[in-house]
Amino acid sequence: MKGDFLDLKIAELSKLSTDEKREVLSFFHERIVAFNSELNAFLEILPIPDSLSSGSLSGVPYALKDNILARGTRTTCASNILKSYLSPYDATVTARLKNTGAVLLGKTNLDEFAMGSSTEKSAFGPTKNPWDLSRIPGGSSGGSAAAVAAGLVPFALGSDTGGSVRQPAAFCGVVGYKPSYGLVPRYGLVAFASSLDQIGPLTRCVDDAFTVFKTIAGRDINDATTVNGKIDLRAKELPEADLKGLKIAIPSDALDFEGLDERVKSRFLEFIERLAEKGAEVSFVELGILKYVVATYYLIAPGEASSNLSRYDGVRYGERVESENYEEMIKKNRDTGFGDEVKRRILLGTFTLSSAYYDAYYRRALKIRKMISNRINEVLHEHDFILNPTAPTLPGKFGEIGDPLSYYLMDIYTIPANLAGTPAISIPVDPVDGLPVGIQLMGRRYADLELLSTAKQMEKLSGAYNNGLAKIPERWLHV
Amino acid sequence: MYKTVIGLEIHAQLSTKTKAFCSCRADVFELEPNTVICPVCTGQPGALPVLNEKVVEYAVKAALALNCKINLRSTFDRKNYFYPDLPKGYQITQYFTPIAENGFLGFKFDGDEKRVRIRRIHIEEDAGKMIHQDADSISGASGSLVNLNRCGVPLIEIVTEPDISSPKEARLFMELLRDTLRALDICSGDMEKGALRCDANISIVDEERGLSSNRVEVKNINSFKFVEKALEFERERIIKALETGSDVNRETRTWNFAKRETISMRSKEEENDYRYFPEPDLPPLQLSDEYVERIKERLPELPQQRIERLIREYGIPEYDATVLGSNARLSSFFEEVAKSTDKPKEASNWIMTELLREINRRGIPLEKMPIGPEHFKILFELLEQEKISVKIAKELFPLMIETGKLPDQLVKERGMEQINDEKLIEDIVLRAMESNPKAVKQYREGKKGVMGYFVGAVMKETRGKANPAAVNEIVRRLLES
Ligand SMILES: [Zn+2]
Repeated sequence: MKGDFLDLKIAELSKLSTDEKREVLSFFHERIVAFNSELNAFLEILPIPDSLSSGSLSGVPYALKDNILARGTRTTCASNILKSYLSPYDATVTARLKNTGAVLLGKTNLDEFAMGSSTEKSAFGPTKNPWDLSRIPGGSSGGSAAAVAAGLVPFALGSDTGGSVRQPAAFCGVVGYKPSYGLVPRYGLVAFASSLDQIGPLTRCVDDAFTVFKTIAGRDINDATTVNGKIDLRAKELPEADLKGLKIAIPSDALDFEGLDERVKSRFLEFIERLAEKGAEVSFVELGILKYVVATYYLIAPGEASSNLSRYDGVRYGERVESENYEEMIKKNRDTGFGDEVKRRILLGTFTLSSAYYDAYYRRALKIRKMISNRINEVLHEHDFILNPTAPTLPGKFGEIGDPLSYYLMDIYTIPANLAGTPAISIPVDPVDGLPVGIQLMGRRYADLELLSTAKQMEKLSGAYNNGLAKIPERWLHV
Repeated sequence: MYKTVIGLEIHAQLSTKTKAFCSCRADVFELEPNTVICPVCTGQPGALPVLNEKVVEYAVKAALALNCKINLRSTFDRKNYFYPDLPKGYQITQYFTPIAENGFLGFKFDGDEKRVRIRRIHIEEDAGKMIHQDADSISGASGSLVNLNRCGVPLIEIVTEPDISSPKEARLFMELLRDTLRALDICSGDMEKGALRCDANISIVDEERGLSSNRVEVKNINSFKFVEKALEFERERIIKALETGSDVNRETRTWNFAKRETISMRSKEEENDYRYFPEPDLPPLQLSDEYVERIKERLPELPQQRIERLIREYGIPEYDATVLGSNARLSSFFEEVAKSTDKPKEASNWIMTELLREINRRGIPLEKMPIGPEHFKILFELLEQEKISVKIAKELFPLMIETGKLPDQLVKERGMEQINDEKLIEDIVLRAMESNPKAVKQYREGKKGVMGYFVGAVMKETRGKANPAAVNEIVRRLLES
């Protein structure tokens, strides 16, 4: 029976007997312990609890990105400044998973404070890509993506500010879903850029993404940005969708982007052909906004981040360096506590928010963000979905991308969904040279169920799956 | 001639049950440090603010009472700066679009109609409190302690236009504002406890020379008296500088309570860049006309309206109306007494002098006093029917308060009726004249002051109960006959 647990979807795992569930927990726990030294996907591994709680996800193991709080665990955000911070409360998503009986087995690695696209920016060492240990897993939810891709947990939660769930999902060959902004509570997610952050699941199939989403979504009295009544979460299963007649927009400017790897492009075009064969109405549309998205994002996100990260001063919690006076203390605390990428973004954000430059940069970025949203909504008014490669490249080697600007361009296809608050999902298609490739489907805001239903149909056209679940690399099949 | 130009920025703590953005209780005064806190108000990672709807209601009440235009859509913004009493590293406030703008508070000052315009009212959260060792501030302290209980307590900031033209007027404005906030039941108004705080901007214009000083901000004023004192100090300081031709720096000064003077805190150049930007964790606040209308309908009568009505309806002087009208309980007591006695002027006199004196002397609030309009009604009747003198009535007053008994009963029990019997008074006067012929002689020789001796004699024998007017009349008649 044992190895078969990797072939079960979450709904199936939750229906096992109590004894089998205990086996499931030991099975995954053993795998985490056995493989983590190679992958460095986990920053904290938790013991299996003595008793199981009942509920729709009873006994299903999972992992949390280490910027989501779970009482009693450390929440480090992969930063030295919080390396010994103990979560004093449960994030809303954590509480909801706990209430349905899911079992937290560990906290996963990330780029420090979720600022990065490779998990190389973790203060505690990079996570390795399970398909090729010399390559990055993407990021910032690289630990969660790698953990799910290697079959260490059936699902993990990540956070997505500019693609941080979808891009590592694409690089690791799993499903990564960013819900519409406002559907999943952020309470207990350590804020990076509050108006863009959204928690989402990393899973091995769309069905599992839906199962997790259903559990964690819904209005939260502790998060004023969550919405009510926009979506019906009572459905047991995803509604059936038909690819036939679906209007799918392909952004031609995305395909013309000079940074797009030819191999990714050809896989993507092959997939479009399969869609067309199934009757989807595929059309190429010039979005016209793609050249603005990265700049807009890097004005807004660091601005918010510079403010969100002000609380890490070492006064109430976090690491503190002994100093002569208060000013020196917070300078030293923040200087030794934050890594270079975090400092870069804090400086950038402090600059764009300063009174002398606010109008020139931040205020204009807010305007352009609105313009980008309007354009996306316009395209989504005429089409059901927008489809593009999730990332322009295949997962690179560690240290391959040196300059920040090329690094930031890895998110060019994923950022629009964050700026517009629309839902988007990355699913794996047939790999290239043994490396995963992901495509991203983006839908109308709050049309998350339609998005998931359609993505589920698309999975059937992908060679990355085996029995409905994304394949796990041979290397990790047996302990 | 020097003209004084003053504008105020007032922070009022709202007396809601819970804090502005979390469910911790808001009344934290003198509670054990760092016990009324939670992940939200201590800025733990991942915690988010949720707006307390009562805060909005209270802010709208204040805005309506101060005749402001309500912005049906207002926004929250972050004001960023580092300080240990500010756990998030930013304060949530309303910078770009406040909840209310363009109001005024009108009042009478030295007989003139005065109107101080309100520039804006916005909602924000309070910071914590610090104690520094061996220094007044964090710089130079050998150690500092922080108490986060006050973090997130809701405030409204009320900003006036520079329409106030004297320190005394500033104080009156503050007192009327306090009375207004109290009447609305949205702020305790205790400056001493920090529930109401005042920062003042002052500049002086030399009208003859056409010169204007820089604007100086005075912070840390913690009583109504000091509003006046600090501004008086500052006015003199600036005028002296103008006269001697020295510079008045554009700076922030703090009122030093112990030294009774203002001290420079920081210059304009040292001010923070607060990097304001829209608070992404809170959606814009959207109110409906109906919501505002409902609050407007339920507004209580405000002190200024009441003062004007008391003058109009009862014909009492402006000063009396101001004293009575500033307090809802006192003025409604006055109105009950005025109505049941039909003597508003007397009612006002007795309440303003005798009753307030007893309240202050005994430290018992009005609602605990065992007397009501009936006591005044009977007291005034006894006076009118000359059954007691004013002097006796004043003796009766504290007895009424001690016992709660009605004045006629006390008069009977203690034999305090006035003696109006002329025959009886004549007998006493004649006896006194017989026993002191020398005094009679003196009077008749022109020393009219001796009359007091005979009046005193009657009062002594009647234990003060003789009708004073009758005694005077009889003594004079007999001495002159
Ligand atoms: Zn609190």
